[in-house]
Amino acid sequence: MSILEVRGLNVWFDLPEGGQLHAVQGVDLSVERGDRLGLVGESGCGKTTAMLALMGLLPPNATVSGEILLDGVDILADGERSIRPHRWVDMAIVFQSAMNAFNPVQTIGRQIREPMELHGSARGAGARRRTRDLLEMVGIPASAAGRYPHELSGGMRQRAALAMALACEPRVLFADEPTTALDVMVQAQILQRLVELADEFGLALVMVTHDLPVVAQVCDRATVMYAGRMAEHGTVDALFHEPRHPYTRLLFASTPDLYGDDEVLSIPGSPPRLDQPLVGCPFAPRCPEAIELCAEQQPAWLPVGEGHLAACHLNTHVPEGAR
Amino acid sequence: MRLVRERPAAAAGAVLLALFVLMALFAQWLMPYDPHQQVGPVFGTPSTAHPLGLDDGGYDMLSLIIQGGRISMIVGFAATLVATVLGGGIGIVSGYFGGATDTVLMRITDYFLVIPDIPLMIIIAAVWGPSLWHIVLVIGLLLWTGTARVIRAQVKSVREQVYVKRARSVGASHTRIILRHVLPQVAPLLVANTVLTIAVAIFDETALAFLGLSDPTAISWGTMIEHAFARTAVSAGAWWAVVPPGVAVSLVIMACYLLGQAIEDATNPRLRVSHLARRAFRILPSRPAASEAR
Amino acid sequence: MSLLEVRDLATRYPVRRGLADALRGHPRRFARAVDGISFDLEAGQMLALVGESGCGKTTTAQSLLRMVEPTSGSIRLEGRDITHLSQRQLRPLRRTMQMVYQDPYESLDPRFRARQTVEEPMLVHGLGGSRAQRRGMVTELLERVGLTPPELYAERYPHQMSGGQRQRLAIAASLVLSPRLLVTDEPVSMLDVSVRAGVLDLLDGLRRESTMGVLMITHDLSTAAHFADDIAVMYLGRIVERGPAREVVRNPRHPYTKALLSVVPPRDPRLRTRPRILQGEAPDPVNVPPGCRFAPRCPFATDACRAEDPVLDGVRGRPGHQVACLRAEELAATEHPEVLTT
Repeated sequence: MSILEVRGLNVWFDLPEGGQLHAVQGVDLSVERGDRLGLVGESGCGKTTAMLALMGLLPPNATVSGEILLDGVDILADGERSIRPHRWVDMAIVFQSAMNAFNPVQTIGRQIREPMELHGSARGAGARRRTRDLLEMVGIPASAAGRYPHELSGGMRQRAALAMALACEPRVLFADEPTTALDVMVQAQILQRLVELADEFGLALVMVTHDLPVVAQVCDRATVMYAGRMAEHGTVDALFHEPRHPYTRLLFASTPDLYGDDEVLSIPGSPPRLDQPLVGCPFAPRCPEAIELCAEQQPAWLPVGEGHLAACHLNTHVPEGAR
Repeated sequence: MRLVRERPAAAAGAVLLALFVLMALFAQWLMPYDPHQQVGPVFGTPSTAHPLGLDDGGYDMLSLIIQGGRISMIVGFAATLVATVLGGGIGIVSGYFGGATDTVLMRITDYFLVIPDIPLMIIIAAVWGPSLWHIVLVIGLLLWTGTARVIRAQVKSVREQVYVKRARSVGASHTRIILRHVLPQVAPLLVANTVLTIAVAIFDETALAFLGLSDPTAISWGTMIEHAFARTAVSAGAWWAVVPPGVAVSLVIMACYLLGQAIEDATNPRLRVSHLARRAFRILPSRPAASEAR
Repeated sequence: MSLLEVRDLATRYPVRRGLADALRGHPRRFARAVDGISFDLEAGQMLALVGESGCGKTTTAQSLLRMVEPTSGSIRLEGRDITHLSQRQLRPLRRTMQMVYQDPYESLDPRFRARQTVEEPMLVHGLGGSRAQRRGMVTELLERVGLTPPELYAERYPHQMSGGQRQRLAIAASLVLSPRLLVTDEPVSMLDVSVRAGVLDLLDGLRRESTMGVLMITHDLSTAAHFADDIAVMYLGRIVERGPAREVVRNPRHPYTKALLSVVPPRDPRLRTRPRILQGEAPDPVNVPPGCRFAPRCPFATDACRAEDPVLDGVRGRPGHQVACLRAEELAATEHPEVLTT
């Protein structure tokens, strides 16, 4: 039974000169207890916007549509009003660059206690005790509760951000590029702790990142996004070994491997503008395997295997002489 | 045109200021009467021939206002020029070179900042004697400090930008970097600051003139008020001799503030607070019968 | 004669003392950002300087270009000692060494068109006499870095270009002066994955065609392994291992290198590493431990390690491969590289 299910999520941003930017175009998502899902893509693909939409953290110039079902109930129906009770209590988020997620003039402990007291999960001495427990759980000495953010190193701040996210015992944890700004060793430490905690508490983890190797090692399944749409979804194994979308294949090919000798590729061109309606597949202009149909018709989101879906005409139209 | 739509206050300020400048420039052709000629009784009441009445010497108030604007604004602009050149220069040198230069210049700035403006102006004007240029210098020498501080802060932050470091690593000279990289970044702020300084300068001139320290032969709005008070216009009930120059000063200052604030808002990214808005994001119902959008 | 010869380079920053400490006569402490490194870079070679934050790699780059004053040691560029030259004497030398910065969004003046950014070094050093000649050079350089059609890109402002394009522009601006040494600080870490190879291939092509030496500072071992000839691993201000890229990656000898390599996640989900996750974080460059500076975190440290500070020494049987570890050879006999398949 899925804890969180998202259907047809769309997000538009109003532009100052008029018109709208269609940042997220029909995203589906589903996570159950203990799942680890990766949301992968490059800058501008809409992955962070989609995640913020699920947490209800979009700015006033955003318009959202779709269904966000938490335990089967659509919490998007009333917008901010219906999402707010679930924020932090059921779904929490660990931001990128935790340095920016903390108030510099309040102690870490105070900031971790705040959501607890706000949502009524603990108060006073109970909250303090829980804060100390959380800090130790993420691998920081409990004495750090009295420190200010600038007194901690980057790695410790990210752990503190993790503790803050877990303050109200959420069931879904979103992580926005949790280790991008960190060194590889600290990244390994934090990912290890993240996975341990997710397993221990049966959390559903949704990790938004552009770092494919991290997704390959940490997540079970992933959705690859491009230009606001889903390109492919499946187990990380299937995505790497049997990609059914050229973008997925090229994305992995652009990632150098430590021991591999394969040539590292790059994709020429840039993603399409999202403030104008798109005709056909958004990746077509840059796709080395594009056929005529790709520029004319948007590919449908179709299953290509067990739990494996992709939006690519090549899965339904085999060009003459190929395969 | 986008300016008018987005920031009506700025547009209003700009237009108002432009009107006054034009009025000062074309004063000779705009004045209905010779401001130095008696055209009626002392403190003559406003009438159709003289919409703003007559002053303590029987001169037409309207003509006086138009003529007076010239001096008020010339002194204001000139003093601002002195302040901007001095303040901008010191701010740039201080912010760019840092170190001992910065410390010394900022200490000097602090001393000037701490001195109470008006009393010092009074003393200097009294000692040097009443002359328009003395007034310009005095005002300019005391207003530069604000500009210096603001510009220094901006220059310091620009100096730390990577592209400035890159220019240094290419071997560009300090002069080149200041002129080509720092100044363009600082210019908008300098403009905003200048406009706001003009407002203060005009006010200071009016105050000094009112206190009798300006050149008595030069007609400015301040001297007009001073004359009116000296000749007991208030007890005579001749409000038209006092109010119009005061209103004129206020309007010009207000115009400067509207324009200056708008420029400052546009150029200073830290003043943006849209993330503190109370409204939340909007919902588009996916089904026609769903709850209504906010 | 190598293009670049660095010997015992050290750069230290004084740490601010509070007034109370100064009055009590506490000795001034130093952050030993670079604490004695030596290496050579040949013409046409790409050396990757790899390490985590605080290891001193960026300070090394800045010291080489004299953007920061080295405390001791020597730097020889094409045989000439440039360590103690004054800023004025350095000015003509600025042409021989250039830097490409990490952030393509910050390293370009937002008010300069692409053409102006590329022209600036020309104007500073008096190259390309007439305006027409300069324009010609700009066009040629834009083509060389792949910003084609050059006439279109020349007139663009940075905000009208993507991250990858901006970085190419920054590279073009560095090439204007035909430098002999190009130092790139994390040239692609802020770019999208699909764009990185393009920029790195560009750098690779440029150094091959012009025998320019490239020093690439990066924390990304995979990128270093693929594009660099040699890798030098830094830890707390020292080079702890150096050798040909493939060799260092497949046959690491220093425990730190081994640990770093083991925590790099492979992109193939079926491969699992045995990560050696080190505890804690690297100590402050202000508090460098005595003896081997890696000893406190090293799983193989002995008392000898804590007492003696190892120097870079050749690895037996592996030409070009050096390591600074007392137990390197001993451990090589018993340890084997990882990467198991599930």
